[in-house]
Formats: sequence, C-alpha cells, structure tokens
Amino acid sequence: MTKTIKRSPVYLLALGIIVFQLAPFLWQVITSLKLDKDLSSLPPIFPNKITWLHYQNIFQNTHFYKYIFNSAVVAVSVTLLCLFLGSLAAYSLARLPIKGKSLILLLFLSTSMFPQIAVITPLYNLIKGIGLYNTYFGLILSYMLFGLPLSVLLLYGFFRNIPYEIEEAAYMDGCGYFRTYWQVCLPLMAPGLVTAGLLVFIASWNEFLFAITFTNSIEAQTIPVGIAMMPQMFFVPWGDTAATSILVTLPLILLVLIFEKKLTQGIMGGAVKG
Amino acid sequence: MEKQVISSTPANLLVVEKPKTKRKFNKPMMIGYLFLLPSLLILCVVGIYPLIQTLYLSFFDVSLTKQGSHFIGLENYKNLFNDIWFKVAYKNTWIFTAISVLMESLLGLVIALVLNKKFKGRGWVRACVLIPWAIPTVVSARMWEWIFNAEYGILNFLLVKTGIIDSNVNWLGETSTAMFAAIFSDVWKTTPFMALIILAGLQGISSSLYEAADIDGANKWRQFSYITFPLLIPSIMIAVLLRALDAFRVFDLIFVLTGGGPANSTEVLSSYAYKTTFSAGEVSSGAAMSSLMAVSVFVLAIVLLFLMNKASEKIEGGK
Repeated sequence: MTKTIKRSPVYLLALGIIVFQLAPFLWQVITSLKLDKDLSSLPPIFPNKITWLHYQNIFQNTHFYKYIFNSAVVAVSVTLLCLFLGSLAAYSLARLPIKGKSLILLLFLSTSMFPQIAVITPLYNLIKGIGLYNTYFGLILSYMLFGLPLSVLLLYGFFRNIPYEIEEAAYMDGCGYFRTYWQVCLPLMAPGLVTAGLLVFIASWNEFLFAITFTNSIEAQTIPVGIAMMPQMFFVPWGDTAATSILVTLPLILLVLIFEKKLTQGIMGGAVKG
Repeated sequence: MEKQVISSTPANLLVVEKPKTKRKFNKPMMIGYLFLLPSLLILCVVGIYPLIQTLYLSFFDVSLTKQGSHFIGLENYKNLFNDIWFKVAYKNTWIFTAISVLMESLLGLVIALVLNKKFKGRGWVRACVLIPWAIPTVVSARMWEWIFNAEYGILNFLLVKTGIIDSNVNWLGETSTAMFAAIFSDVWKTTPFMALIILAGLQGISSSLYEAADIDGANKWRQFSYITFPLLIPSIMIAVLLRALDAFRVFDLIFVLTGGGPANSTEVLSSYAYKTTFSAGEVSSGAAMSSLMAVSVFVLAIVLLFLMNKASEKIEGGK
C-alpha cells in the first residue's frame, strides 16, 4: 500500500506525459469522425454522430493511393540503398586498414548537419539537368544526402560492438573481403540494420522540402506534399485533412509499436556515439 | 581498443608474413576505399558539390527574371544587411531555436526522469512518446493548425471555457502569438527525441552512486542536484547540439503552419531563402542567404562543441 502511494507521483507524471503527447493526435481522430456541420461549432467536443464519410472520401480519391505509392517506392528504395552502401562503408571504416578514417567520419558527420536549403538550388539544377526532375530517381538520389550519413554513422557504431573473432575465422578460411562482409558481417549486423533502416525509412517518408522542390505533379509527389497542398482547394476540408493525417500516420504508429525498443536504441545509440 | 582491432586485421597478418611488400597502398586498403567509394561519391554529388556551388552562386547576380550573370563580389551579402525582412528572418530563426530548444530540454529532462523509473506500463509510455517523433512534420503542422484555429479550434474553446482568456484568440493570425504557436508545435514534436537522449545518459549513471548517497542520508533533491544533474550534462549538451542544429534549419513546420506570416512574424531563414529563390527567382540572393545560414550553423556547432568539451572537462576535474 505504501509502495503504491510512493509511486503515485510517477504514475501521475506518466499520465501527464501521455496526455501531452497524444492529445493533439486524439483530437485529430475525433475531428476525422465528425460531420462537416459539427466541425464548425464547439461544443460538442465529441461527435453527435460518428461518420466515416471523410475516410470514404479519401479512399475514393485515386490521388491518395498514388501519393502513398510514390512515398512507399521512394522511402523503400532509399532505405535499401542506404543500408547496402552504408553498411559497406561502415564495414570498411570499422574493419579495414584505411587511412584518413577520422576525416571520412567527420565528412559524414558534417554532411548530416547541412541545412537542406544550402544545397537546394544547385541540386535542383543538377536534377533538372540530368532529366530526373519529377521522377522517383531524383528524390531517391537527393534523399541519400541525409540517409547515407545517418546509416553510416549508426552502423559504424554497431560494427564496433561486434566481436571480431567470427570474421577473423572467415578470413582465415579464405573468404574474400566482400564475401566476409556479405555472408558473415551482415547477418551479425541484422539488429543494427533494422534500427538504421527504420530511421532512414521514417526520415524519407516524412521528408518535405526536397519533395516539394524536385517534383511538380502527382507522377512523383509524395504524401507530405499531398497533405501540404490540400487546402489550396475551394475550402479547407478539415475533416478530410484529419482523416488523411490519421491514415498516413497509421503505418508509422504501427512501426513505433512493433519496433519501440529498436527505435529507442537507435536514437539513444546514434546520439551517444555520434 | 581501436588499435587492437586494427592490429588483428588480415592486412597486418599479411604484412607480418611478407614484410618486404610493405607499400603505401596495400590490397586491404584499396578494398577499404573501394567499399567507401559509392557512398563518398554520392555525398559529393548531392552534398559537397551543391554546397560549394551555392557559395559560388552567391557572388554572382543570377536571377530567373533576367538572362546572363556577372560576378558582383560581395554585393548580395551587402544587400542582405540592408534587407529588413532578412534581418527579421534571421532574428526569428534565433528566437525559434533558442526558445524551443530550452523548453524541450526542460520537458525532455522531466520525461527522461520519469521514463527512467521502473513502473508498470513504462513500455507503453515510451511508445506513446515516440509517436509525435515519428509522424511527418507536415501532418503535425496540419494538426496544430486545426487546434489553433481562431473560430473552431479546441484550444480557444478550452481556454475560454476555463476562463483563462475572455474571447477567442487568432493564434496563427496575430503577429504577437504566431511565433509562440509555431514554437509550441515544435516542442510537442521534438521533445521525445530530447527525452530519449537524456534517458540514455541517465541509464549510464551507476546505481552505486545513489546507494552511497542513500547511506550518507542525502535526500532525493540533493541526489538529483549533486549526482544526476552534473553527470547528465554531457548528454543534455549532445541533445541540445543535435536539436539546435535541427531547429535552426526549420522549414516544413513554418511553411505549412503559418507560411512565414502573419506579416513575416514567423519567417525563418529556410523559408525566406526558399521564397527568395523559387518564388521571387532571385537565385543568387537566396544563395547568399543559404550560405550565411550554413556558416551560422557551422559556428553554432563549433560553439556548442566547445561548451561541451568545457563541461566534460569540468566533470572530469570534479571527480
């Protein structure tokens, strides 16, 4: 009994934290379930009558699927590319006897701090120049700017925590460097790859500045651009916007719930080692 | 530690076997560079080259509204210092960065302290805290836009109902409140990141310190101010560094939430440079702004790193 009383401030604070972090999101959920006429008056806080109309609107809108598809293609490609190239680079930095290691690490670190706006005009000209404007490839290429440093630095930290003996045995058995990396290191690195992959995926899924600059039509525009452009229509469709927000956020919430430990680890580990 | 790892790499095994082939470049080193090559190449194309090009453009008078361009030296930079809206954006960026990072540190510290306690459902709280971090900034900007809505916003409704304000406030439409609203939205979304980094620091503090303090009869507050807080300073500094650099280049939130308005009261460097470049077509002027911004970010990073070193030296000395 005394224990519960002693603990209650912690529970109260925890409750406060949950309310602070979830309330705005819950309000969006409530908004998405209200009829338009209920949206233009308060009270009621809760809908008089729950409606799925806004969700139906979104699902009937073919643009929505296209935006989601574009986002998925871009984010998955960036993630896979960054994991492959990033782990190769991290392996080299952590294991192979190269010179200028700290300089290269510093390069990755400093590019991760570039303001995106400081590269945007030349990158725009470049992407237009090689015919990648308004294509997936243009977005994928530009997203490497934040994806690569993120994955290299994270994976480098993970590599250094893996004992070296197993790889050594592989070298001794005559495995080449690439085979050792591919068949021995990568499986050992699986937890690190998951963490790095999640962080790169979320960053790419959410990216906005490059997406709005390097695309101009539904052909390649991603869902953040779609959401940002919604109210440019005749009136502000609050209910539809709310429903879209919820739908776009659902995959991310699922990722958070499934991989909560991995993400926490990634954020904490990346910062401590970086 | 690192030396040990290197000395046991096959490269060195080879060297031991055949000492005579010790050349400047050996095969393992070549393979090492080969593995790095794709990543470095891409970074040069999408990062280094454009950054240098931006700097280069800032010394010319490139504009989308006219043909040709000339070298004009520092003219663009001089013009910026006479541009009242640039000064406003510069000031706003610092205000946004300073206040949001300060609020996030305080809130993040509290959340980290709570998450470090053992209690039922801690995993759930941690997952809830991660959700704002994971959702797209564009989505969170839309959410807050609706909450702050002057007529139908829930915030006005609750504040009027509880008597805190007399009548609805146009949070995003008034120059006096728009920046506050933007900062608040940012704090909501990025505090979790801060909290998790501080939590990592908390978990690194040895429990034996607290046991010793308990034996000495130190109360909780003394334990916090003499053990927890001093040992947390390095983690807090890292969190502040990462967040400050991020807040300084804020774009998505401002662009969607307020568009820089009303009357430029929330205009920040990224959004102003973007508009100058892509809406007004003043490419070189935008490049000069971006360059100044990159320099500011760089200086900010150096200063914070310097303070970090100072702080950790002090802690080392204190031990």
